[in-house]
Amino acid sequence: MKNKLNVEIPGNLEGLGKLLPYKGAFERIRNLSAEDLRTVPVKVRAVMPGTSKLTDSIEKAVERSGLKNGGTISFHHHIRNGDFLLMKVMPILEKMGFRDLVLFPSSLANPHQGVWEYVKKGVVKQIHTSGLRGDLGKFVSRGGMEIPVVVRSHGGRARAIKTGQNRIDVAFIGAPACDREGNINGITGPSACGSLGYAMVDAMYADFVIAVTDNLVDFPLSPVSIPQYQVDTVTLIDKLGNPDKIGSGSTRLSTNPIDHLIAENAARLILNSEYFKEGMSFQAGAGGASLAVAKYLSDHMTEKKITGGFTIGGISSYMVELLKRGIFKRMYDVQSFDKGVVNSFHENSEHVEINADFYANPFNSGAVINNLDVVVLAAYEIDTDFNVNVLVDSHGYAQGASGGHSDTAACAKLTIVVAPTYRARLPMIVERVSTVITPGETVDAFVSERGIAINPANKVLADSLKNSKLPLIDIRDMKKETEKITGKPDPLEFTDKICGLIEYRDGTIIDTIKQIVEK
Amino acid sequence: MKIKNKAQCGSLESSDLMVFVEPADSLKIEIESSVKKQYGKSIERTVKEELERAGVKSVYIKIQDAGALDPTIRARVSTALKRGSK
Repeated sequence: MKNKLNVEIPGNLEGLGKLLPYKGAFERIRNLSAEDLRTVPVKVRAVMPGTSKLTDSIEKAVERSGLKNGGTISFHHHIRNGDFLLMKVMPILEKMGFRDLVLFPSSLANPHQGVWEYVKKGVVKQIHTSGLRGDLGKFVSRGGMEIPVVVRSHGGRARAIKTGQNRIDVAFIGAPACDREGNINGITGPSACGSLGYAMVDAMYADFVIAVTDNLVDFPLSPVSIPQYQVDTVTLIDKLGNPDKIGSGSTRLSTNPIDHLIAENAARLILNSEYFKEGMSFQAGAGGASLAVAKYLSDHMTEKKITGGFTIGGISSYMVELLKRGIFKRMYDVQSFDKGVVNSFHENSEHVEINADFYANPFNSGAVINNLDVVVLAAYEIDTDFNVNVLVDSHGYAQGASGGHSDTAACAKLTIVVAPTYRARLPMIVERVSTVITPGETVDAFVSERGIAINPANKVLADSLKNSKLPLIDIRDMKKETEKITGKPDPLEFTDKICGLIEYRDGTIIDTIKQIVEK
Repeated sequence: MKIKNKAQCGSLESSDLMVFVEPADSLKIEIESSVKKQYGKSIERTVKEELERAGVKSVYIKIQDAGALDPTIRARVSTALKRGSK
């Protein structure tokens, strides 16, 4: 069957069951069926008072969990590029003889590329993730998985867990600070990573929770992000990760002048919109130009004496700075992008840790992104229908992440995508993106160094800006201008094999990852 | 134009290219590019045009491209050829 974006979606896939085609950003939410309303209860556990939770190795903790072949295991990616835990656990599971596991992390970053070897060995059969990087992304795009990878947004993952679409048998939670009863936070200790927003959902719904820490503190720990009543066992190891590697280049303020020109254009668009007013809420995604928008926007806000209501997201040090300066009153943090953000939790009570359900789940009584006015997001590619790809790179490999991109695009009142018109000769505006993560119907504008393209589908916005002095341009003209400079690229070639499924936040399938033809 | 010496021009920075030329008995072109899938053919065409413009019939020319625009490729190739002919 074909979905709304004309992508052929199989009705059923072995291991993944029935697949629903994407019908529109809010169709499933508007028309919840009885089937959608069912949730699976959390497994009841009971322990006698005085029972010790401490286990002296990961192996013993796994034995205690009762994990079976084919079971689902989860991890969080809050330590990002500094994470040691996942690749420490995989060889242990292999040695213990586990087969056909479903790997269900909140995302996979560079240190986790080696997971493909465990797929080859049969230890892992399925992967559900937000991101794919390095060798693992290449392995997937070359058709290495027997069962396609499922790529989800952060909100979509919270929904999948909460509704029981995916049950977590064992959650491994890297705990930067943990006491003997399993109270956990992410803000103290040698591997402090800040918010534990994704791990909090796993701890709430998993059948068995293993806290793994390199910082066992005296009971009782405070503050508590994950409480002891959700944690079944606690294991002490040497080192959870290297927190200096939490931050990647994409979370620093850019020094590239083109990024700043793009950011100035985007900030002017916000200034000219109806959302630029007292109490406005704002999110900036990772990526050079998106974060720079926060800088120019804050200049306009200071000049016009406007205070923002809240800022939200993956939080970088630059956003912490804006909170400190009083540009925004409050900051919601589901994931901290660099080590500098961790200190802010200790210093600023307006810096609030939230979980992924609170952040972006479309199937609850209202995630906080429903209250978001403006979001600025990056793109690998955007097409003339404003569909955005942030997963598959210019070589045709899955080397990115869905993240909160489609969640925030759908919910924010003004969704702006920013990118240069070309990077190293490759035009960023294409006829059709190789993989749709965020549907064009949820994107209001594309801003580049050449100007501002408003999505004609948002007639109200297009009309309201007609008489402004903004550098408005049709996205098709921007594409033509760019190709005059770069030349028209030959298209990448893909086969029909489905290597991955892009699940939209509501659980429907919006696109697939195709197998790249190597030339 | 006759290529008498080894010469090079350009850099390995993003959006630039490095061109190496060497005397040879025949025409041999080698192209490596970060955008080979999209622009491999176009780069080859441009290099051949520049060789023809310079009247170079036999040379070993190696391109290491990191996404340079067409005018950049022409400038780097023609300069490398000039340097090699001296």
